[in-house]
Amino acid sequence: MWLTRPLQERSTQIFLGVLFSALVVVTFLHLFMPQDSALHVSAYTVTLLGKYLCYALLAVAVDLVWGYLGILSLGHGAFFALGGYAMGMYLMRQIGDRGVYGDPVLPDFMVFLNWQELPWFWHGFDMAWFAFIMVLLAPGLLALVFGFLAFRSRVTGVYLSIITQALTFALMLAFFRNEMGFGGNNGLTDFKDILGFNLRTDATRLGLFIATGIALAIGYVICRGIVTSKLGRVSVACRDAEARTRFLGYRVERVQLFVFVVSAMLAGVAGALYVPQVGIINPSEFSPLFSIEIVVWVALGGRATLYGAVIGAILVNYAKTVFTGIMPDAWLFALGGLFVLVTVFLPKGIAGLLQKRRKAKADDDTTTGQEATV
Amino acid sequence: MSFFQELTDREHVFEFLTQVQSPVDVRHGPILYLEDVNVSFDGFKAINNLNLTIDDGELRCIIGPNGAGKTTMMDIITGKTRPDTGSVWFGSRHNLLTMNEPDIASLGIGRKFQKPTVFEALTVFENLELAMAADKRVFPTLTAVMKAEYRDRIDEVLEMIGLEALRDRLAGILSHGQKQWLEIGMLLMQKPRLLLVDEPVAGMTEQEMERTAELLTSLAGKQSVVVVEHDMGFVRSIARKVTVLHQGSVLAEGSMDQVSNDPEVIKVYLGEEA
Repeated sequence: MWLTRPLQERSTQIFLGVLFSALVVVTFLHLFMPQDSALHVSAYTVTLLGKYLCYALLAVAVDLVWGYLGILSLGHGAFFALGGYAMGMYLMRQIGDRGVYGDPVLPDFMVFLNWQELPWFWHGFDMAWFAFIMVLLAPGLLALVFGFLAFRSRVTGVYLSIITQALTFALMLAFFRNEMGFGGNNGLTDFKDILGFNLRTDATRLGLFIATGIALAIGYVICRGIVTSKLGRVSVACRDAEARTRFLGYRVERVQLFVFVVSAMLAGVAGALYVPQVGIINPSEFSPLFSIEIVVWVALGGRATLYGAVIGAILVNYAKTVFTGIMPDAWLFALGGLFVLVTVFLPKGIAGLLQKRRKAKADDDTTTGQEATV
Repeated sequence: MSFFQELTDREHVFEFLTQVQSPVDVRHGPILYLEDVNVSFDGFKAINNLNLTIDDGELRCIIGPNGAGKTTMMDIITGKTRPDTGSVWFGSRHNLLTMNEPDIASLGIGRKFQKPTVFEALTVFENLELAMAADKRVFPTLTAVMKAEYRDRIDEVLEMIGLEALRDRLAGILSHGQKQWLEIGMLLMQKPRLLLVDEPVAGMTEQEMERTAELLTSLAGKQSVVVVEHDMGFVRSIARKVTVLHQGSVLAEGSMDQVSNDPEVIKVYLGEEA
């Protein structure tokens, strides 16, 4: 089966091994180390790591379409944000009458805007299962419609990148409007609990961190399953020689659409896990700058490797946390500088460095092997 | 299967959706007929009353000076260009003028373009795998499993094109000639009845040319092969029958010796070289 194939593959086993060990170690250090120990991982750090893992899943989704399909999406933040909003709507409805205005149904911002009843699209979000389906469906549907139109018209390359950028920008402007019914520029916040668990407790934060780790593992295996299947090879074929692939009898636009929708859904899941951990979702997640930043993570980590995207997302965001702490104004320059340096010296990113090392070792092995046979 | 089951079965293909794919009828000999074909682009007659017949299993070379209409003729056969008038038949059953490019390709006409395009980031084996005749829709492709019979088929083609040793190497590292052979191999994976090969030896070394000649002659008989080529030495080495095109119509047809002694041909084409 295409989904179990990656589990037999060494690189995936290593990836999952490292990921799960990290989850176990963090959990252990958080729960069993005394508060004053240097090894103790605080709830704040756990949530921060959970946020990195959300970004890692988002980066994997972008790498799937960019690395393997050659579609440089500069609008994946839109899918991330839509997933986040679906989760945010659920969390808002969970507040119930504990809001500032104490309305049993209407979220605070609607009461503030003098709305009398819930807009139609807010119905159903009081049920977790419905909201979780929407986490997949909202970004998936947008990607389906957008991708169908774009790929059918054979829009590719830089034009497609620009359109995706425009898409997320348009959504940002729309979500900024109060009349849209998503809380305007304040977004959705002040969440209380998820599935009955209080979001402010350390246990819930740890639970969300572990859930994000598992989501990343599943997302990684799905992506790996796709890229190691025949469809993955067809994707690479579409990336490198689209006309030739079409000539072989493949419906290129459908391959693109399928992979794009899967990627959008993964981005949606990442967004949904992000929102309860950071406690807010607002239209700034739609900002074009954020979508470009995602692409930088993937480029830094190494395109078309998947694990490179994870490494890139975690490293860059860790650097961001450190830098914005030390000198907030310098961060964008540091990011830009990092990007330039990596493009010049490590065109294949950090993963390329690892591969080169492994390949050099493998070449050594084969040459010694050949000498042995000679 | 009951009607309801048919409706819910994801893999079910309804009869009205499938094109009736009848086998190519070659009982009358020829596999390809072109009759009185005319094409003009902005008043320029690219093809002018062209008549051409290719027999089943034949290896035919088509030569002609630049602008003689060789590539346009290929475009017409593969459905890329529609002629203004005339008729084009594949066997005596299929009217190619009523079909589109993918349908013509799936009917068994494979075309090799001048510039080799292989998937450089994939291995030689994977290139052939993608070309293999199979269900090419998204979900069947996702769940496709490499079976022993597919592997045998790929190995068989690998042997034909002489790239067994490079099976697991990336296609990007192949030489120009090897890429050409790989692309011919990719066409063969689709089990075509008719192969159209556009300038296969352009840019090849002497040895590569020899190998290509061997490959093409070994294909004839099983498949019909039409080769468009400029290199006269190469044409001489493989041709049994040669057609000379000039200004969009057939100037001469026959064995290489016959056409090269034809005064008309010498005047328009061979004369230039002498």
